[in-house]
Amino acid sequence: MGKQITVPFGPQHPVLPEPIHLDLVLEDETVVDAIPSIGYVHRGLEKLVEKREYPEYIYVAERICGICSYIHSNTYAECIEQIMHIEIPERAQYLRTIWSEYSRLHSHLLWLGLFADGMGFESVFMNAWRLREHILDDMEATTGGRVIQGVCKVGGVRKDIAPEKLDEMLKGLKNLEHELHDLTDVFLNDASVIHRLKGAGVLKTEDAYYLGAVGPTARGSGVPIDIRQTGYAAYGKINFKPVVESSGDSYARCAVRAKELYTSIDIIEQCIKKIPEGPVDVKVTGAPDGEFFARAEQPRGEVVHYIKGNGKKNLVRHRVRTPTFTNIPPLVTLLKGCQLADVPIVVLSIDPCIGCAER
Amino acid sequence: MAQEQVTVPISVGELVERTAQMKKNGCRLVQIGCTKVGDDYEINYLFDKEFALTNLRITVKQDTVIPSVSSVYFGAFVYENEIHDLYGIAVTGMNIDFGGHFYRTTIKTPFAVTITKEGS
Repeated sequence: MGKQITVPFGPQHPVLPEPIHLDLVLEDETVVDAIPSIGYVHRGLEKLVEKREYPEYIYVAERICGICSYIHSNTYAECIEQIMHIEIPERAQYLRTIWSEYSRLHSHLLWLGLFADGMGFESVFMNAWRLREHILDDMEATTGGRVIQGVCKVGGVRKDIAPEKLDEMLKGLKNLEHELHDLTDVFLNDASVIHRLKGAGVLKTEDAYYLGAVGPTARGSGVPIDIRQTGYAAYGKINFKPVVESSGDSYARCAVRAKELYTSIDIIEQCIKKIPEGPVDVKVTGAPDGEFFARAEQPRGEVVHYIKGNGKKNLVRHRVRTPTFTNIPPLVTLLKGCQLADVPIVVLSIDPCIGCAER
Repeated sequence: MAQEQVTVPISVGELVERTAQMKKNGCRLVQIGCTKVGDDYEINYLFDKEFALTNLRITVKQDTVIPSVSSVYFGAFVYENEIHDLYGIAVTGMNIDFGGHFYRTTIKTPFAVTITKEGS
C-alpha cells in the first residue's frame, strides 16, 4: 500500500454547479475512499408546512428544485389527492404527463450541455442548450413559466393547452428529434467521449440496487427502476420501455440520458394523440387526514413525497426524498478506484442537484 | 393510480433484525424519514420490491437512542445523520458519523420544535 493523502474536492469547483464537498483519499493518483459532505444550502423548506396551508404550499414544493420543479409540484399534488381520494379529470392526467416529459427533456439537455462542458466540448454545450430553449419556449407558452411553472394544483391543473398548440408542439418535437441525432451522436459514438467515459466510475448492478441508486444512475448499472411504470398520471395508458444500460460506467449513465430524450418525445407524442376532451380540474374541499408516500420519476430518478395530515389546513409533515440524496452513497462507492483526473466527470455523471437534495 | 404500500409498526429492538430480513428478501431501502407527532417521533423505514412499498415504523421519544441500520444498508447513513441533525435523535453505530455537522443550521435540531402560524 502506497502513502495515502487526502485531497479536498469542492464545494466550489469548476464542474460543480452546486456545493458538495468530497474528501478524496488517494494512493498515488487512485481514489481509495471518498467522504461526502453537504449541508451548505439547507433551506428547511419542509418546515414551511407549519406556516402555509396545504393548497398554497404547492408553490413551495415546486421551488425545491429549479430544474425538476414541475414534477415536485405534480408529486405533491398526487400525494394530497391520494389521501383525500380525489379523482382528477383524465385530460389533467395527460397534461401532467406532457409537462413531466418536457421537464425531463429540458433537464437532460441541460445536463448533456454541462457534461460536454465538463469534458471540454464547448460547442456541444452550446448546441445542447440551444435545443433546450425550444423546450423552454413551449413550457413558457403553455404554462407561463420557463422553469417554475406554477401550473399544477391539488385537484388537477390550472391551464389547458389548445388543440392548435398541441399540433404545433408535435411539429416542434419532430424537428427537435431530427436535430437531436447530431447531438446524441457525439455522446454515444465520438471516439474521444468513449475514451474519456468508458470504464470511469463503475457501479455494479448489485451495488446500485442495495445502495439505493435511482434514475439513470441505477439504469446505467442494469437496474430497471423507473417509477413511471407504476402508471401514475397518464403513464399507465402510454407504451414505453425504460432505457437500461449494463456497463455501469460514466458512459452508460450518459447513454441512458441521451436515449431517454427520444423516449420522452415518444411519450409526449402518444399523449397528444390520445388526450381526451374535458375539464382539467375538480373542486377540492376539506383538508387531508391521513398519510401517503407518493413517488414519481424525475429526470434524476425516483422522488418520494411523504405527507401526513390531521384534517387541518396545515400539514403535520411533508418529507421529500430527492434522487440526488439517495444517489450520494452510490457516488461514494463508484468513486473508489477512479483516477483523480476523472473525479469531476464521474461526479457529474450522476447529475447531482444539491439544492434539491438538501431542500 | 394508487401505489401499493403497507405500514408495519415495530419496536426499536426489532429494527436491525427486521431491516436485515428486508434485505434478505431482496428489498431496496427507499428512504428513512422522521415525523414529529405530539411528543413522539415516528421514524419510517421505507422499502421497495417490484414497486410495492413496505414501511417499517418505530415510534420513539426524543431521548431514545436508536441503532443504525447502516451495517445492513450502507446508504442509510445519509438519512440517519439527517434525523440526528434535524430532530436531535441519537443514532448509534453509523458507518459514517458526521457528529452533528451533516447540515449546517442556524438553530440546533430545528425540526424538533413546532413553529406556529404566527411565527412563535
